[in-house]
Amino acid sequence: MPEPSKKPSSFIPSAAAVLCGAVYMVFFLSGESQMMVFGLLVGAVLGLAAFKYWRILDAIGQSARDHQGAFSIAVVVAVVAVSLYFYDDPFVLFLLGTVLVNVLTCLGLNIQFGFVGVMNFAGASFFGVGCYTAAVLTGHTAVPHLLVILMGGLMAALLGFVILIPVLKTRGHYAALVTIAFALLFKTFLEVNDTLGGPQGLKAAGLNLFGWDVGQDIAIGSFEGSFYLGYIAVILLLVVLGFIMARRMEDSWVGLNMDAVRLDETVSACFGQSIPRWKITAFTIGNFYCGVAGAFYAMMLGYIAPTNFTFGDSLILLSIVILGGLGSMWGTVVATGIVIIIPEKFQVLQEYRFLLFSALVIAILLFRPQGLLPRPLRSYRTLKSLLGKS
Amino acid sequence: MHNPLLSISNLGKTFGGVTALADLNLYVPRNRILGLIGPNGSGKTTFFNVVTGIYQATSGKVVFESEDITNFSPQKVYRAGVARTFQRSRLLLPLSILDNIILGDHSQLENGLFFNLFRRRALAAQCRQLLDKSKELITIFDPDLADRIFEPVVNLPMISRRRIEICRALISNPKLLLLDEPSAGMTHEETHRLIDDILHIKEKIEDLTIIIIEHEMSVMERITDRCAVLNFGQKICEGTYQQVASDPEVQQAYLGVD
Repeated sequence: MPEPSKKPSSFIPSAAAVLCGAVYMVFFLSGESQMMVFGLLVGAVLGLAAFKYWRILDAIGQSARDHQGAFSIAVVVAVVAVSLYFYDDPFVLFLLGTVLVNVLTCLGLNIQFGFVGVMNFAGASFFGVGCYTAAVLTGHTAVPHLLVILMGGLMAALLGFVILIPVLKTRGHYAALVTIAFALLFKTFLEVNDTLGGPQGLKAAGLNLFGWDVGQDIAIGSFEGSFYLGYIAVILLLVVLGFIMARRMEDSWVGLNMDAVRLDETVSACFGQSIPRWKITAFTIGNFYCGVAGAFYAMMLGYIAPTNFTFGDSLILLSIVILGGLGSMWGTVVATGIVIIIPEKFQVLQEYRFLLFSALVIAILLFRPQGLLPRPLRSYRTLKSLLGKS
Repeated sequence: MHNPLLSISNLGKTFGGVTALADLNLYVPRNRILGLIGPNGSGKTTFFNVVTGIYQATSGKVVFESEDITNFSPQKVYRAGVARTFQRSRLLLPLSILDNIILGDHSQLENGLFFNLFRRRALAAQCRQLLDKSKELITIFDPDLADRIFEPVVNLPMISRRRIEICRALISNPKLLLLDEPSAGMTHEETHRLIDDILHIKEKIEDLTIIIIEHEMSVMERITDRCAVLNFGQKICEGTYQQVASDPEVQQAYLGVD
């Protein structure tokens, strides 16, 4: 509990934690043999357990909460540093880009599920809507690519809006059922639709921002880096923007209203809240995040196919949200890293990843239902600098 | 009793074949405390739920401040100036005390998305203002809770929860406050402390009418100006507490027919 009288803690523990994390990522991502990757994984688990035992984790958490701005900047710097370390390794850079794309998507799902309580089992489908929007727009029109990314988000938001309206009057998890139906429908629709490429999918043009062709390798003086560095810069910017907006939403009346709707609809109604309004707002914003991430991903990958947007992918996205902690934005960031990178580096797991994730989700729900990094209580901290001393 | 704050005429509510309220007539004068008494299942909470719009009335009329609010949505009833507490305290347990209280002032909040995301300075000013207002209000009940206003409600004992719930209802300055069994789940002594608080609040706020449902007769005796007794959804008696308590029909309803 943040006590107003307590002196803020030092920034050193959280800065050290970010540094350790970055160094660990460098080792983990450059690990070649399966034995080494496995060893690093076991080492991380043991290290975290020891840190927890010595209460170092609590100190880090406290320090990160007290220095939110500085901590966030440190994390961004760390991501940039790790990306630059792997400047000529397209495989690792693509992996990092994918992680960031998924972070953006899961932030959106977390706004829906964590704030207002609408479970979206079609996260990958709304992501796909963004992908296909980008593929069609870049393939057939000369719309500027920044606008294409925006349109991807808007299309996903619009579709979500349309499918949610009929079920808004119902309580409970009917909305979740509708999203399941949409997820299954969407993939089938893509597979039989020849205009959208059928099972083969579509090509999407590479990202081009104001004349900067992001798909070109970067050469500045003697420095030559993979073109993925450019993509990482763009998606990192989008993630930071999305993260800031999600946090602002949380620390505001919007977040409060959404929490109230999630926790008790009757009480919310008795205190004047419009339940559909907040469900629509959260659902639409969340899908906007998914669509933006999708549009970017299509341009980074260069082609898209229906197999990327299965129901299983949606489940993985939701499991990331649960793993990280409902409503916890930092939790989503960490959980996405774990869920996307580990199977990628640890090839043995690839085939069993669904099994593994289901087991992981069950374990989390049993032993730590609030997630890896539980959402902190709303303290209007992002407003505190504006509020002055209380 | 001209120009009552709330007047109920011929109000009826049935659930399928079950009649929860039948032909209820009730007039609540301004600035008074009315008690609702009745055995379990006599329709007291149903009455609250119909007035606040959670249930739709089957027949009859609810007039509040000369406005017909029958079958208004809960949102509109709240905006008209009616606030309530719930029988089983319904706070949002994972949220802080502050959040729970602020929630009651929903109509005063700037809820626009653009305002909340981009006009942070104005939001902070409003937040500051509501923090002060909430602290002031909760201090009347329990100064200790004002110091712990950023703590989650889930760890608090029942009496604190009830106090927060009443603050949540009061912060919007309602004209009518509906208290549904505030003593439920509390000891006798706690109940009387809470009643002291309510009487104290009633003195401080000029224009406040209260309807209270309660099983603790000592509470009713202390707090109410008038009492109405319900049985099987019908009003069987109305008057001061002494009149009601000595009514043979009321005794029969509680103790059964000899």
